[in-house]
Amino acid sequence: MVETGKTTQEFEIRDYLRTELMPHFMCPGCGHGIALRALLWAIHDLGIAKDNLAVVSGIGCSGRTAAYIDANTIHTTHGRPLSFATGLKLARPDLHVVVITGDGDSLAIGGNHLIHACRRNLDITCVLLNNEVYGMTGGQVSPTTSAGRYTTTTPAGNHEPVFDACELATAAGASFVGREITMHVTALRDLFVQGLKHSGFSFIEVISDCTEIYGRKNELGNSPEMVMSHKADIRPESYGNVVDEPFRPTDLNVGVLSQTDRPEYYTAYRQHFGKQVEGNDDPKKGGAVT
Amino acid sequence: MKKTQVKLQAIQGNHSSALAAIDAGCRFYAGYPITPSSEVAEKMSSLLPDVDGVFIQMEDEIASMGAILGASLGGKKVMTATSGPGFSLKQEHIGFAAGAEIPCVIINVMRGGPSTGMPTRPSQGDVMQARWGTHGDHPVIVLAPDSVAEIYQQTLRAFNLAEQLRVPVVVLFDEVLGHLVESITIPEADTFERVERKWASGPEAEFQPYRDSGNGVPEMAMPGSGYRVHTTGLTHAEHGFPTQDPEIVERVTERLFNKISANYSLVESYEAEQCEKADVVIVAYGITARATRRALRKAREKGIGAGLFRPVTLWPFPQERFIEEVNPDAQILVPEMNRGQLSTEIERIAGRERVTSLPRFDGEPISPQQILEKIVEITAHG
Repeated sequence: MVETGKTTQEFEIRDYLRTELMPHFMCPGCGHGIALRALLWAIHDLGIAKDNLAVVSGIGCSGRTAAYIDANTIHTTHGRPLSFATGLKLARPDLHVVVITGDGDSLAIGGNHLIHACRRNLDITCVLLNNEVYGMTGGQVSPTTSAGRYTTTTPAGNHEPVFDACELATAAGASFVGREITMHVTALRDLFVQGLKHSGFSFIEVISDCTEIYGRKNELGNSPEMVMSHKADIRPESYGNVVDEPFRPTDLNVGVLSQTDRPEYYTAYRQHFGKQVEGNDDPKKGGAVT
Repeated sequence: MKKTQVKLQAIQGNHSSALAAIDAGCRFYAGYPITPSSEVAEKMSSLLPDVDGVFIQMEDEIASMGAILGASLGGKKVMTATSGPGFSLKQEHIGFAAGAEIPCVIINVMRGGPSTGMPTRPSQGDVMQARWGTHGDHPVIVLAPDSVAEIYQQTLRAFNLAEQLRVPVVVLFDEVLGHLVESITIPEADTFERVERKWASGPEAEFQPYRDSGNGVPEMAMPGSGYRVHTTGLTHAEHGFPTQDPEIVERVTERLFNKISANYSLVESYEAEQCEKADVVIVAYGITARATRRALRKAREKGIGAGLFRPVTLWPFPQERFIEEVNPDAQILVPEMNRGQLSTEIERIAGRERVTSLPRFDGEPISPQQILEKIVEITAHG
């Protein structure tokens, strides 16, 4: 059992970044950096060694975050980081495998990979940075763009219904599903800690914000104003509770939304073929942190 | 059974590639069902758990290709198998493997195309796709065996080349060879070479994951060994991170090709039979080479000087050997189960006026009789 905050050293984000790549190329006000900080903070608190951490990302703004992490990083193809992560985790169960993806990446082009990763329940932590837009390509509509919002491909406002990523992941069988907003940095860190400790597929959606492209086009204000608007959307009763009620786009649930005890894929695979499961309970060497 | 025993087995081509993969050290396979290659996946699913390997049937062809690349980056020897439509889907990640230099082996059992085409009929229609199926300039090695035994040998070789040169290697055959049952001798374990990847060594701080380590091929970093590297499909410099610097882009792209050409003696394989003095040389590969041999015997009985040039390495084509081996005055006949895909390459090498294409694309293999008739026709006019 690894306690949160067990690491004696204070969290210093630079210890986990490839600072030689700075300045980064994220836009001012982008929420992805806050999510990245919370993720690295959780990794620090769990005492996960950088050598045993593999971060696999897809394409888009979310995909570009991986390169900045001082770990084994794989920047894959659009929508398909989970396929690479599946192979990597099965080949190397000793590694902690974290996937960073986006709303376009995993809910549109990579939707099939997401639902099957949820179904298999392999021990991967999947972080979906949801900024409601295709930022990297200039601001096109995504499966999570709110109704009526303007994008470069919805000049009259978005007329399509949205995906609820957490509902989708839960329905597909993810054994740990949670959501947080970037304003709650420590709550987000704690959610990541829980997700990383969970044995099985953990899915964490971060409500991020794209100020430069999406916010500007929709007159949503500056970054603090956008983040505050996410906070205003949260249902108070959802704090720290497992919420059964369905999600509504303007009525956010945050925290752990569902958690079930299902057999982890690789453990089950080994047992099925009568193999002893390799001991991987040392968090410094990756594997399930229990 | 003890490994030292020679095993004679009657097996089908698809199973032959699976056995070879296991013998080559493949310990991860991800696939997706597709006719006529599914038997490769079926065999791997039964063999891998016994050797502490992992088999997984993924949600689609793209994911199965992605999964093997992830496992290869984790340090395993990996393989997948597919056929036409699946080969099309896999191209995205074959390009990733070529660009990020990830060793992998892809079996493509060709069927009729385009699109879903004729799933149970043989074809050689993916010859150009195997070379240029994914976008952008990229290296790839394609091997075309012509028997169940050679499928075994070339699959073994495919693993060695993939590991040694960090390149995707395609083993290309067709439905007939995939389902053909022949007796083959499984070689003793210590009689064939098993090449291992060159892993990163030396000081971690100075390590550059895409720096030429001497023969054009960079060393690979094993995750967890202290080298924390970045792998990306974006064009990257020697340090592994994206670049758009024209000078660097040109240099790193050149190296991708140079690592193959500099090591081409390892890559090339072909068979040349009576090519030097022949009046007509048949260039044939895969199952078509089998029909060609029979046609050649008949032609020679008629007193026609006919030779065979059989590329086993289809891409990059053994051009220099072809020029060395083949009589420069000989007519060239290229029978193939497509509308003349390799024949355009032969025209490029030998000149259009010397080359006759013998295409067949009706879902039937080319018969020896067809080839013989064409040989007679060419030599009569010649």
